[in-house]
Amino acid sequence: MQEFLCRDKTMKQLRSIEKFMAIQKQIMSMVESEVPTIIIPAGTCGKASGATELIRIAQREILSRNLQEKIHLRITGCHGFCEMEPSVLIEPAGTFYPKVDAKAILRIIDALLNDEIVEDILYVDLETGQRIEKQNDISFFRHQTRLLLAQNEKIDPLDVYDYLKIGGYSAFVQMLSHGNPNQVIQEVKKSGLRGRGGAGFPTGMKWEFLARQANGKGKYLVCNADEGDPGAYMDRSLLEGNPHSIIEGMMIGAYATGADQGVLYVRAEYPLAIKHLTNALNQSRKLGLLGDSILGTGFDFDIRLVKGAGAFVCGEETALIRSIEGKMGEPRQRPPFPVQKGIEGKPTLINNVETWANIPIILRTSAREYASIGSGNNGTKIFSLVGKIRNTGLVEVPMGTPIKEIIYGIGGGQTGKTAIKAVQTGGPSGGCIPAELFDLSIGYESLAEAGSIMGSGGMIVMDENTCMIDVAKYFMNFLKNESCGKCFACRKGTQRMYELLDDISAGRGTIEHLSLLEELAYVLKDVAMCGLGQTAPNPILSTLKYFREEYIEHIENKRCPAGVCKELISFSINENCTGCGACKNVCPKSAINGDKKQRHVISQDMCSRCGACRSICKFDAVDVN
Amino acid sequence: MITVTINGLDVTVEEGTTILEAARFMGFPIPTLCHKEGLTPYGACRLCVVEIGEEPKSKLVSSCTYPVEDGLKVRTASVRVVNARKMIIELLLASCPQSKIIQDLASAHGVRQQRFKQEHEDCILCGLCVRMCSEQMMAKAIGFRGRGEDRSIGTPFDIQSDVCRLCGGCMYVCPACQLRCTYNEPDKAICNACANLAPPCLSKEQFSDMMCYMDPCVACEIK
Repeated sequence: MQEFLCRDKTMKQLRSIEKFMAIQKQIMSMVESEVPTIIIPAGTCGKASGATELIRIAQREILSRNLQEKIHLRITGCHGFCEMEPSVLIEPAGTFYPKVDAKAILRIIDALLNDEIVEDILYVDLETGQRIEKQNDISFFRHQTRLLLAQNEKIDPLDVYDYLKIGGYSAFVQMLSHGNPNQVIQEVKKSGLRGRGGAGFPTGMKWEFLARQANGKGKYLVCNADEGDPGAYMDRSLLEGNPHSIIEGMMIGAYATGADQGVLYVRAEYPLAIKHLTNALNQSRKLGLLGDSILGTGFDFDIRLVKGAGAFVCGEETALIRSIEGKMGEPRQRPPFPVQKGIEGKPTLINNVETWANIPIILRTSAREYASIGSGNNGTKIFSLVGKIRNTGLVEVPMGTPIKEIIYGIGGGQTGKTAIKAVQTGGPSGGCIPAELFDLSIGYESLAEAGSIMGSGGMIVMDENTCMIDVAKYFMNFLKNESCGKCFACRKGTQRMYELLDDISAGRGTIEHLSLLEELAYVLKDVAMCGLGQTAPNPILSTLKYFREEYIEHIENKRCPAGVCKELISFSINENCTGCGACKNVCPKSAINGDKKQRHVISQDMCSRCGACRSICKFDAVDVN
Repeated sequence: MITVTINGLDVTVEEGTTILEAARFMGFPIPTLCHKEGLTPYGACRLCVVEIGEEPKSKLVSSCTYPVEDGLKVRTASVRVVNARKMIIELLLASCPQSKIIQDLASAHGVRQQRFKQEHEDCILCGLCVRMCSEQMMAKAIGFRGRGEDRSIGTPFDIQSDVCRLCGGCMYVCPACQLRCTYNEPDKAICNACANLAPPCLSKEQFSDMMCYMDPCVACEIK
């Protein structure tokens, strides 16, 4: 938004609804220029893959050749196709360039000046081998319904006027001018939106509970941006790429429920999100959209940012409340529920980032329109598709989409030659769904019936080279370290379950260990105080349900079929070896010996089973036994 | 006044009463470890769990922290509850076998063995000492630190406390150090019959530090 530059000095506070609507009308009626815009996604994932350098080169090129009138540059948050980052999107043409490097960005700029595209760096379709020019034709994007993620492409997260241009804050202001908070709650109820943090509690109902609590003594709204699940980063992309959507959601929520204070609890490990949120909050305050007497209506609401301190358990709502109060994050039993007694004993409503981000969309369109998306459950959900999958990234699909569509249609299926075995949903509180059940449609109930949970939306794809005991052990290790330790069952339970899994994976397990593990898992589900402990056994129980034979193989035959558990495997070099020496160079223990062009040999005593030799060998000469 | 149904019997109590208090009022036995009258309930040991609600939506909750609700249906010794209690006791024995209180619990609930790797810890982190110090003695000298495996109880930064009045309240309420089995193989001694009722450490002259759970317990001879 070159014209409405966000120089804070020139931002005047808007003191009436009419003034806001006038400014928004002015911004939205500005004609879309035909000037091409280079859009570079620079969320944390983009930066990690080199977007910062691309941005620097592009800016320098445009400035030094005085191209500001001919080419615009927009730095945005994450678009979701993380596998292909650093990527570049061209508007209005819709051209997509994957894995752009320093040379390529210069070629793109030159091509744009001549109204051309750079054919040889376009995306190559995995199935057909054809080059595809437009982003919307690429199967990764085509099969998604990008209600939320598409907005990330259109705005610079550091510029509130960009958000206004796509209709931001119009829902909030509309609602303010109608003056009917209860109608807003009914609309949210009608939309069928359920909590996107994982538990799936109907959002409208929660809002109604809070609204019913008496006003006047203080009510809190909280955005839970702790996102602790390993492999989940959907919330991060929304916080970094479209911070105002969450702020608007909370403002709507505050007006509808009578809350007067908001808290954004963001995990400290998201510095870019914190930076963008702080900037967004400041801009909203400057504009008069947050603070005392918003837009001169007498409605007071402000939001403060609270940083987490590195504890997964603080994503649990009662522990979150304690953390906000400045105490050690420990859950407590409910009742009383946070809506009755939360922060400092006051009624508190806690919703997840994605839930808040959906609110402006619902109110900008309509509950009915939102409810028409998805089958089974309403609306869309963003999933982080990671692991052994070709197209790693964030995907937004309607509820009810079959898993196989996400994994094959959007995800592109397996990497390399190993078949996909299962997908873990819901992070450490979830379970795995085996490949035979990939016809299952995504939904809160459908996943729970299969022994997993929706969770925050993490989807970790596993193939034949993944050992399910190793997976269970990984999650149990995570939970053991993250357990707050207050309740004896979870603290000791996670420790003991990890101990048993460690024994089994090392070949020291007996069949009695397995039944003890199962017994302990079922008891912990029942008896733990909070969600962390209650769902901690899920990875074990679901892997036992679908992959019991792997456990038996480890116990009875002391064998790891996937070739992962270090104590049970050994590496050896077969006759494919050409003697290139690559493995010898990479071995951290110097356990490989051999002359050039001679078959190399691994010394079993020194080998630490790290697998580096196998990864680097180009001739398939390293076997796992 | 609120009426709840415990094990099929109706009982009417004042609002704010916990299920544990209501059940004990009726004479139903519910074991506890981290609960003590006079201290706020904590809900950490999970021994006092009871089953509330009706199938298929019933769940286990700690009765010491759950306030009574009108119409609530409670069962204090259902199959799920008994299985859970036995497993918790097994886990307790696996950590702290030399505590007579834990041994007596095991004996009372028919737990004759524990199947995990044996550990000998001095503290089960029930928090009774912390609450005793904070709520009854108003000193707040000790508290929890750390998370999960690294959780422990002690003074801030392990510095000698200047608010601790050496009252011994923490030791008085501690289930692990109150009564110690001095049989030389406590993991095998679940007997509920030991006549040893004095903690062996107090009889030693050089024992001057009242907060024994903070160090590896040097007074106790059990390894």
